[in-house]
Amino acid sequence: MLASILASGLAAGAIYALVGVTYNTMFSTSRVMSFTSGQLAMLGGVFGSMFTLKLGMPAVAGFLLTLAGCAIIGIITEYVAVRPVLKSLDQHLYVLSTLALALMIQQVAAIKWGTEPQPFPRLIGWGSGVFDEKFWLPVVACAITITGLEYLYRRTLVGRAFLAIAEDNFAARALGLPERNLRVASYALAGIIGGVAGFSGGELLLAFFANGALLNFYGFVPVALGGLGNNRGAIVGGFALGLFQQAANFLVGGIFSSVAVFTLFIVVLLAAPQGLFGAATARRV
Amino acid sequence: MTAVTASPTRSERHAVRVVLPQLAPFLAILAVAMLLPFVSNDYWALIGTRAAIYWVLVSGLNLIVGFAGHLAIGYVALLTLGAYTTSVLVAGNVTPPLPVFLALPVAASVGAVFGVIVGLPALRLRTFYFAMSTLGFATIVTQIALAWQSVTGGGIGISGPEFPAPFNTAWGYYYLCIGFAAICTWMSANVARSRFGRALIAVRDAEVAAESAGISKPRMLIAIFLLAGALAAVAGGLFASLQTYITPDAFTFDLSILFFIAILIGGRGSILGPMLGTIILTILPEIAAPLAAWSTFLYAVLLLLIVLVMPGGIAALLDFRNRRPLASNRAIVPRPSALAGAMRASAGGRTLRLRGISLSFGNVRAIDNLDLDVAPGQIHGLIGPNGSGKTTTLNVISGYYAAKAGTMTLGDDPLPPGLPTLRANNGIARTFQTPRVIGEASVLANVMIGGTIEGRASFVEALLALPRNARDERSCAAKARALLEIVGLETLADIRADRLQHSELRFIEIARALMLEPDFLLLDEPAAGLSSDEIERLAALIRAISARGAGVLLVEHHADLIFEICDQVTVLNLGRTLAAGTPAEIRIHKEVVSAYLGG
Repeated sequence: MLASILASGLAAGAIYALVGVTYNTMFSTSRVMSFTSGQLAMLGGVFGSMFTLKLGMPAVAGFLLTLAGCAIIGIITEYVAVRPVLKSLDQHLYVLSTLALALMIQQVAAIKWGTEPQPFPRLIGWGSGVFDEKFWLPVVACAITITGLEYLYRRTLVGRAFLAIAEDNFAARALGLPERNLRVASYALAGIIGGVAGFSGGELLLAFFANGALLNFYGFVPVALGGLGNNRGAIVGGFALGLFQQAANFLVGGIFSSVAVFTLFIVVLLAAPQGLFGAATARRV
Repeated sequence: MTAVTASPTRSERHAVRVVLPQLAPFLAILAVAMLLPFVSNDYWALIGTRAAIYWVLVSGLNLIVGFAGHLAIGYVALLTLGAYTTSVLVAGNVTPPLPVFLALPVAASVGAVFGVIVGLPALRLRTFYFAMSTLGFATIVTQIALAWQSVTGGGIGISGPEFPAPFNTAWGYYYLCIGFAAICTWMSANVARSRFGRALIAVRDAEVAAESAGISKPRMLIAIFLLAGALAAVAGGLFASLQTYITPDAFTFDLSILFFIAILIGGRGSILGPMLGTIILTILPEIAAPLAAWSTFLYAVLLLLIVLVMPGGIAALLDFRNRRPLASNRAIVPRPSALAGAMRASAGGRTLRLRGISLSFGNVRAIDNLDLDVAPGQIHGLIGPNGSGKTTTLNVISGYYAAKAGTMTLGDDPLPPGLPTLRANNGIARTFQTPRVIGEASVLANVMIGGTIEGRASFVEALLALPRNARDERSCAAKARALLEIVGLETLADIRADRLQHSELRFIEIARALMLEPDFLLLDEPAAGLSSDEIERLAALIRAISARGAGVLLVEHHADLIFEICDQVTVLNLGRTLAAGTPAEIRIHKEVVSAYLGG
């Protein structure tokens, strides 16, 4: 049983962590938490199943098209739901605008794709039991994504520009960084990360329209635990959440695991409102 | 207080004139609702009942979303909870069967408790977190309803409660639900018009100022979470009975969205708007039947449009009073002489003492070993270059920052560091460098915020509009009007505050601070942005305030004003006291002249 808990916990944790990173990637350049994060991961599964199973494309082509589709949804998020409300960030209108867009995405998926979970193909076919592909694939995808992001942020000019904007938007603009284009790029990047989460977790979660709302919550919990914009916190939090949830799932049963996750979420927020790894609040007065 | 009690008849007549037009739309809606059975069929009874039930929930949720500004998007969870609690209690799955009119109050209590649990994150964090916690709660409630088969019947469901005659016919039940809806409207309007409703908006739009007026955010929010949770659960019980049979599928997330969007379409801080929104959104899918599958999509589009195009909602469209242009050449003419009528002479005697106060931000020493005495009846000026720690000192006194070292005493009692919400009780009021005013509320309501802690009526008394609450309201409004006359803004009392000029906002803040009848008044650059005439009038006003026995601590850059009215002046530089003494001494102090005054 321990092996099952570990396998499914790490797999689910990797998906939650990736959704958490999706939240953070959008947050870093715009200070906006977007409800479309979970939907992007949902679309990763739905697009993947659509391109490979429905349209019969090879896995690699399906994967690339899925990422492209998710990147486009990310860019649409920026144009439709984020840019118009950025100038009045303090009113938190983005909560509503991104929620509206997320609902539209979900509803279109429900109507066009169907409300039943649909199968996702086996991609590689290695491993069985607790070493089944559906368990290790999300973990590997998570590791590759994080390595890629670290490389991007530390070694490339574009990545450093992202960091500069995340650190101090005004100073970055004063230095002449194309803040608006970088923001669009970061939303495309967030779309890709969400797509990776959904595609790699497709065999575990299936191609199901309701995954979006679920992943919105389960992906946000690690962000809340780790502190807004903190990728390391999100990854640690994501895996911890996955293991915690699956342990509760195996030990006390399905519904109580979601009660346990919810309780954990509330307790942590009350004890450490800025997250376990978060920074202190800004000055108010 | 003589001026306050002198003219009750005038304010009452005024009240009738203001209240009647506000009441008329509600009465019209009620009349239409009462007449509906005579002009339509059972199909419309169903829709009408549904709208009434939704409004029972939305009227409570409106206080959270529209007034407190917290985005609760998963309130269908509390509807579900109430529906199952009522049904299970009436069916007798767990306990002996209860009559439905007993089960509803039990469900309301359960809903109230869970309303608070779901709301807990909102006490410390804003917006997205609360939205998420309500969303998460909505997910798990449905899962529990599905999995806990022995009680809820799982996916098969459970029959809803049946109401006894005469409420067991379509129209009988309709009238029952309309009755509930009317009571809920009345209660939520009572809260909205009371000091609690104003405080909710204050916490939403000017949290820092609300704290300085002694408003405790957690207490306010818990009160409305209890109320909204209870109302949502009652709505759930009614909903279950209307459905006759409930399964988890009956409580789709679409309902949450409907509740939520009804409020946003209606507009923030309004009751009529969200009520119209609820009615419109309930009827909309019925008259556009082919679009039923796309209804959530339509709601979402509607939500996006509202956010991007008309954030004020229906309420802003209906707000005719604030479209009339204001006179552009208005001048603020305070009447300091009337102060004696509105403000009791301060008991005085206590001195506010700061000893050895130090505070650093990182490596910057914002205040370094500061001693300061503010004596009652005196005006104490605090001047110095930018960044010398003047505002920080005010923030330490008013509790926004806790000093790292040093003590503060008020008379013989220590003034605890931090805890800004306790300053009002200690008789310390303040204004802010950038006026912190609630733009969407009227000038009068803004001033009344300052008197929040003077209210004696409890939340329940306000909810039920009991006499003590009415007395609170009358005296608070009368005092606020008297103070507006004193600062010279009485003609603008009913205008939305965000239509006023900057200088007028400064005087609103002073009036708000005076509502406390403070022993100490901290003014943070009150003259900034004022014309020279206005500064002269401000000086007279400040003098009159200190003549009532209040100690005034005045942070200012206008050296002329400081030297004209202050009894004592402290000059700060880089967080340290550069000089302290009478204006005459400071004016010729060598270091002060070279560091700050120039010349």
